[in-house]
Amino acid sequence: MKYFFSSGHGACPGCALPIAVKNVLYALEGKCFVVNPTGCLEIISSQYDRSAWGVPYIHSVFENAAAVAAGVEAALKALGREDEGHVVVFAGDGATADIGIGCLSGMFDRNHDVLYICLDNEAYQNTGNQQSGLTPPGSNTTTTPAGKVLPGKVGKKKDMVAFALAHKIPYVATASVAFPQDIRRKVKRAVEFEGSKYIQIHCPCVTGWGINSNDTIKVAKLAVETALYPIVEYENGELVRVRKIKEKKPVEEYLKLQRRFRHLFKHPKGKEIIEELQRIADENAKRFGLI
Amino acid sequence: MVRKVVRGFYSVAHSVKLCRPDVICAYPITPQTEIVENLAQMYANGELGNCRYITAESEFGAASILVGASATGARTFTATCSQGLILMSEVLWNAAGMRLPIVMVIANRSLSAPLSIWNDHQDSMAMRDACIIQVYVENNQEVHDLIPQAYKIAENRDVMLPMMVCMDGYKLTHAYEPVDLLDQETVDAFLPPYDPPIKLTTKDPLTFGCYAPPHCYMEFRVVMQRAMERAKGVMAKVFEEWAKHVGRDWGGLIAQDHMDDAEVAVVAMGSVVGLVREVVEELRNEGKKVGLVKIRSFRPFPTEDVRKAMENVDKIVVFERAISFGHEGPVATDLKAALYGYSDAKVYSFVVGLGGRDIPRSLIKGCVEKVIEGRVEPGCYFEGVKEFEEVIV
Repeated sequence: MKYFFSSGHGACPGCALPIAVKNVLYALEGKCFVVNPTGCLEIISSQYDRSAWGVPYIHSVFENAAAVAAGVEAALKALGREDEGHVVVFAGDGATADIGIGCLSGMFDRNHDVLYICLDNEAYQNTGNQQSGLTPPGSNTTTTPAGKVLPGKVGKKKDMVAFALAHKIPYVATASVAFPQDIRRKVKRAVEFEGSKYIQIHCPCVTGWGINSNDTIKVAKLAVETALYPIVEYENGELVRVRKIKEKKPVEEYLKLQRRFRHLFKHPKGKEIIEELQRIADENAKRFGLI
Repeated sequence: MVRKVVRGFYSVAHSVKLCRPDVICAYPITPQTEIVENLAQMYANGELGNCRYITAESEFGAASILVGASATGARTFTATCSQGLILMSEVLWNAAGMRLPIVMVIANRSLSAPLSIWNDHQDSMAMRDACIIQVYVENNQEVHDLIPQAYKIAENRDVMLPMMVCMDGYKLTHAYEPVDLLDQETVDAFLPPYDPPIKLTTKDPLTFGCYAPPHCYMEFRVVMQRAMERAKGVMAKVFEEWAKHVGRDWGGLIAQDHMDDAEVAVVAMGSVVGLVREVVEELRNEGKKVGLVKIRSFRPFPTEDVRKAMENVDKIVVFERAISFGHEGPVATDLKAALYGYSDAKVYSFVVGLGGRDIPRSLIKGCVEKVIEGRVEPGCYFEGVKEFEEVIV
């Protein structure tokens, strides 16, 4: 069988990224151009002479995937080749929400016909767990370490769904590797829209989050079931679908499985952070009608 | 061909249009803006065929868009300068490494701080080592002629590198000059459509922009150097072909006047060449054995050509529009390196006209006379600087 993303890539055992990538590529039947900024996925898949990619692939630099994708799309249109395939970006959360946000805003603003997938593992994991704009509060990263005074990251997880919606692009959704069928359905739905599409997929990181390599899906599922990671879908700015939670779990159940949150259970400010996370989860549940 | 009095930016835009680009992308910056404004108007009028014209959110985005477009097989164009070029620089290094033949016009402008919108060559000189071909033009006919040649050079399979056509901001971009405007047939007969050896396509999926561990990185850089070396031959051939095709001969990697028996060579790049040429003529009329070497290609550096041209000169005067702080003018450095072991000529480098400072004829003549008469030691000097007191010392 023709491969789109081959085995033999260098992802860690239990890594969520290949799950997300393979499901997206299968949904598109490999009919796509992949643009990938510097990051985990790039480094595990694009070494010279060992590319894992069975689809046309381009990596330029860290902060420009959205612009490169816009260029691919423009060229395909100019050359009358737009039927060759969809243009898809796979970008990490740092490349999306921090360093690459200018190019992303430009691409959304011009509404290029590009499906932008943010693989959200909530920190710069390729380089060993440095804080990004999508790192949740309280997370212990190497640049927001928990210390005697500070309880890990102080601040919020940037709301990239709101950012995408603010650009009035036709399709915005979140997804999780815990629900691969949902990823495939959303990708197929997204490419029915002409213009920019944004899907943010929650991807637990075994090493950065400090979880067992066989707990990736379990942890991803708990993020959804606690309402910390709401699964939502917007079409033309309207919330059209959410993943309902059958039995909402307390955030501690999600936090306690991960080394990055372990300090919260003994740090003087830990209780405060856990309460804050619970409040965020409760607000999500209410705001999106998850229950 | 029709002769018209046009401004520099129009001579660029008109020529770019005739090259049938597929994707044009830019971000406005003074004094480049009018180039892309003219192209935008042509796009709005439906004069650019299937071309996509994109206004990016920054020069960084513009260069990135062209990386994607060029890798997909599109002929691409952008124009920028100064801070915009420096903002693009990360992507341009990347484009060169990926061997993407993006053609860009640089409306040479100084760098901040202090902020200045006026002309010198500090911006393009900062890109010297990026493996981007750099050619400097003297007037608006030369830039008009050079653009089709730039595509032919950059897209040559022995080259496959980005190319910068450098024209002095304001001094050329905004100057009115009579230009023989090319027509579509002339350019079509010279420049074939872009047919890249490889491109992004689902029919033959390839990986672009891989990463290379130490066991293979170096070879990528070796082939870039080889491509630059091969570019010298390709450029000479394309320049010659152009001269035959349109009847205007701009010379090779360098152009020279009165160098056959010259004892003193005067070296310059860009719009100041016209003035320097006049001064050289004047000095010749006074019986002084002075010649002019106009450097057209700064990268690749015309090492062999300057060795040959300057074989018998005793002194070399260089007029620089940039400074490599902590050393000297960058053209002088390269000249000395090229001539080392081949010539004992003394090199006098004069840094002039930074930030648009006027370069009067008297200044040029005065510098050359100073050198001829032995009133100055070899070295690097700022000329045309007024008396002032340093504040931070």
